[in-house]
Amino acid sequence: MSSTLLEARAIDKHFGGVTALRNVSLTIRQGEIYGLIGPNGAGKTSFFNVLTGLYHPDGGELIFAGEKLQASAPHKVAKLGIARTFQNIRLFGNMTAMENVMVGRHVRTHAGVFGAVLHDRRTTREEAAIRRRAEELLNYVNIADRADDLARHLSYGDQRRLEIARALATDPKLLALDEPAAGMNGTETASLRELIEGIRKDGITVLLIEHDVKLVMGLCDRVAVLDYGEKICEDVPSLVQKDPKVIEAYLGGSIA
Amino acid sequence: MTSMSSLNALRTDKRMVIAATVIMGIALAVLPFIIGSGLGNSWLRILNFALLYIMLALGLNIVVGFAGLLDLGYIAFYAVGAYLYALLASPHFGLHLPVWVIIPAGAALAGIFGALLGAPTLRLRGDYLAIVTLGFGEIVRIFLNNLNAPVNITNGPQGISGIDPIHLGGFTLAKPISLFGFTLPSLHAYYYLFLALALFIVFVTIRLENSRIGRAWVAIREDEIAAKSCGINTRNIKLLAFTMGASFGGVAGGLFAGFQGFVSPESFNLMESVMVLCMVVLGGMGNIPGVILGGILLTILPEIFRHGSGPVQVAIFGKILLDPEALRMLLFGLALIVVMLYRPAGLWPSTTRRREFRGDSTNDVLKEGE
Amino acid sequence: MDIFIQQIINGLVLGSIYALVALGYTMVYGIMGLINFAHGEVVMIGAMVALTVIKLLANSGLPVFIIILLALAAAAVVCMAVGFSIERIAYRPLRHAPKLAPLITAIGVSIVLQNLSMLIWGRNYHAFPPILPTSAHDVFGATITTLQVAIVLIATLMMAGLIVLIHRTRLGRAMRATSENPSIAQLMGVNINQIISITFIIGSALAAVAGLMVSANYSIAHYYMGFMLGLKAFTAAVLGGIGNIAGAVLGGILLGLIESLGAGYIGDLTGGFLGSHYQDIFAFFVLIGVLIFRPSGLVGEKVSERA
Ligand SMILES: Nc1ncnc2c1ncn2[C@@H]1O[C@H](COP(=O)(O)OP(=O)(O)O)[C@@H](O)[C@H]1O
Ligand SMILES: [Mg+2]
Repeated sequence: MSSTLLEARAIDKHFGGVTALRNVSLTIRQGEIYGLIGPNGAGKTSFFNVLTGLYHPDGGELIFAGEKLQASAPHKVAKLGIARTFQNIRLFGNMTAMENVMVGRHVRTHAGVFGAVLHDRRTTREEAAIRRRAEELLNYVNIADRADDLARHLSYGDQRRLEIARALATDPKLLALDEPAAGMNGTETASLRELIEGIRKDGITVLLIEHDVKLVMGLCDRVAVLDYGEKICEDVPSLVQKDPKVIEAYLGGSIA
Repeated sequence: MTSMSSLNALRTDKRMVIAATVIMGIALAVLPFIIGSGLGNSWLRILNFALLYIMLALGLNIVVGFAGLLDLGYIAFYAVGAYLYALLASPHFGLHLPVWVIIPAGAALAGIFGALLGAPTLRLRGDYLAIVTLGFGEIVRIFLNNLNAPVNITNGPQGISGIDPIHLGGFTLAKPISLFGFTLPSLHAYYYLFLALALFIVFVTIRLENSRIGRAWVAIREDEIAAKSCGINTRNIKLLAFTMGASFGGVAGGLFAGFQGFVSPESFNLMESVMVLCMVVLGGMGNIPGVILGGILLTILPEIFRHGSGPVQVAIFGKILLDPEALRMLLFGLALIVVMLYRPAGLWPSTTRRREFRGDSTNDVLKEGE
Repeated sequence: MDIFIQQIINGLVLGSIYALVALGYTMVYGIMGLINFAHGEVVMIGAMVALTVIKLLANSGLPVFIIILLALAAAAVVCMAVGFSIERIAYRPLRHAPKLAPLITAIGVSIVLQNLSMLIWGRNYHAFPPILPTSAHDVFGATITTLQVAIVLIATLMMAGLIVLIHRTRLGRAMRATSENPSIAQLMGVNINQIISITFIIGSALAAVAGLMVSANYSIAHYYMGFMLGLKAFTAAVLGGIGNIAGAVLGGILLGLIESLGAGYIGDLTGGFLGSHYQDIFAFFVLIGVLIFRPSGLVGEKVSERA
């Protein structure tokens, strides 16, 4: 059994009267693809937001690679090795695809104002490395031909891929994808699946929110189900599918 | 085959760039002589002011154009630079420090002011930030106006006069400089100094734009949440934008004080901040050539109106019917409105630059209305 | 004479005027998310028009009350027309433009109005004709003039009227719906353009009243008066929580009180180091303080950005 990468302990999150997360605990193991599913409004995105430091949890704590995650410090979370994509794509629209990925390298590079202005050896070398890595990643997600296009000009599927490339540029240990297949057609979803499998093969753990049941069941090693902010089930896909509570949550078994 | 031709294209490209640079260089070098002899010294002064405004606009562009932070009190940093020069090189305190000490000190002090302003306010939402920076600008001006009692620091509304002109290497720029039998008039000398510094600021801005820091600024402007999730410490990077932008303002302010020989709080009112902001937005936020264009246009346009509004009235009506000063600003206000209505992204926005560069004509239906 | 009470009275008068102007900012901001930078100039136009009418009629033998009413009507009509036109010309075409574009046109409008005013009325200060009653009443050792009482009363009435309008009428409901979510309001059959126009018109009418009040209160009007006033009123709106009607009222009155108390006591507070000419600073220090500790203003709801 591989080691634990992320442990969430009793996470609570409320918005006014709405409970988005209640006492959610889960553990994600090194190297697995972990699915997080649940009906709309179940709290999946909220969990991501708490995990990545965008929301301050009202209770509980997160342990990542042995370190406690500091709430409300997204940039530190990124530095520790958690990268994410967003349900409603958040790219830097007026930057090129290439530049988007280069921004992803920010957290692993160091050049400051003086380096930028003086172009000393270290900075030029670092800048070249950033560019090389960004090119590699664009290739990796198969959109190298769009490198110089503005992100907002890319097709929907390519924007999803670009967001993944940007996340990968931060050298994450854990990649959290929020509904990456939403709005994709069959072929696009199939190639997305290959992409995610490839990412896992490269040693990156994946946390996946997805509605596409086939994708989740085929791809994930384990799945947790959220309903009204509570975790109602966590198991291998084949068992989750048969869990009565899950079927109930999905209104009479549209999941099966 | 293709690689050969692209290599050739690259070579011609490079040659073109060199040729363009040489032509630009010559044009900029002879410009003051053309303007000085063609239009007279008052336009030469205006040209010098245009260079100062370009520096200001480029500084504000870092804050507003790159990082997307609306700053309505930017002129305060210009004031800091100008008053520092005035205090350190005038009879007011009897200090006469050299310019190579004062200008960097002005940049540093303005930068510190930028950080001081930014630290508590940068987490505010856009419009709130705008109004707080506006308030900051006014506070600085009110202090300049009133810090003449009980201890006379700023000499109040009268301002500080008799400021030392800029000295460089034994020459004072206030008088014609004779070198190798060739005489350079004072205004020309200031022009070359301002041009050199403006070019330096352009250079720094371009280098910053294409760096890790510049990308982080733009990322914050485009989507702050995504920027955070990419590991950007948005607070520090924004603070850096404020500091850098402010320091450019400090440099321009110092030069202004030395050039003008006189500073008073009235030179640093909100209208000036607004003017610099208009240069940035009207020129094309975030696009360096656009911002330079905005700086030139908005310096020159009101002057054209000023010089034109009297004589044109005389030509049409036979006498001056309308207050020329009011008329000139009225026309200026109308120009602002018209330009923004027809070019809401500015005269020379960065996206068109890119599109023109890459022949990319895909339209933006995808993210429209989000 | 009791300075403290006197400053409270002055503060309330000033605050009522700020509140009226702040309402104009906050209504527009609430509905369009736009700082109507030119609003202060609308106040100035109101003052100028009212003053012109009063000067014309000062010796007509009409009762003072009628003169003031006519002046107010003229100012309101002109201001409403100006406000309506500003929106149509400078803001509406830019509703989907980059965010800073309407700010620049607003600045342009501001410059145009200021200089138009200079062309029409000149650069000089205009004194308010001495037609108003100058009787003063004694309150707890301080004095309050009939004019001051009238200002506070009228401002209160107008604000009450506005609140009723917004919370009790169909129009008000449409305005609230638009400010909540324009696209949904539109789906529900609200004519957004019309609502926005009406918002500008109401705000401008309030500005006209405020304009007359300031010029009467200080006995003076000039082309540049709208600028600082607008700035202060906007500060008041932000202080209360911009977009929030009650917030604008509260912010305006608070700002008025802070300013006049501050001006009255700053000398004592700083051992004479800072004098009353620092009055203008208070607005901004208070604003910065509030925004740092309560970024959404005093009454504003805390908006957490959705990620
Ligand atoms: N920023 C927020 N402010 C208020 N309510 C929120 C916010 N984010 C999420 N919620 C609420 O929390 C609940 C869970 O939402 P979310 O996490 O987006 O669900 P999911 O991603 O599973 O569809 C919903 O009721 C949603 O309305
Ligand atoms: Mg979601």
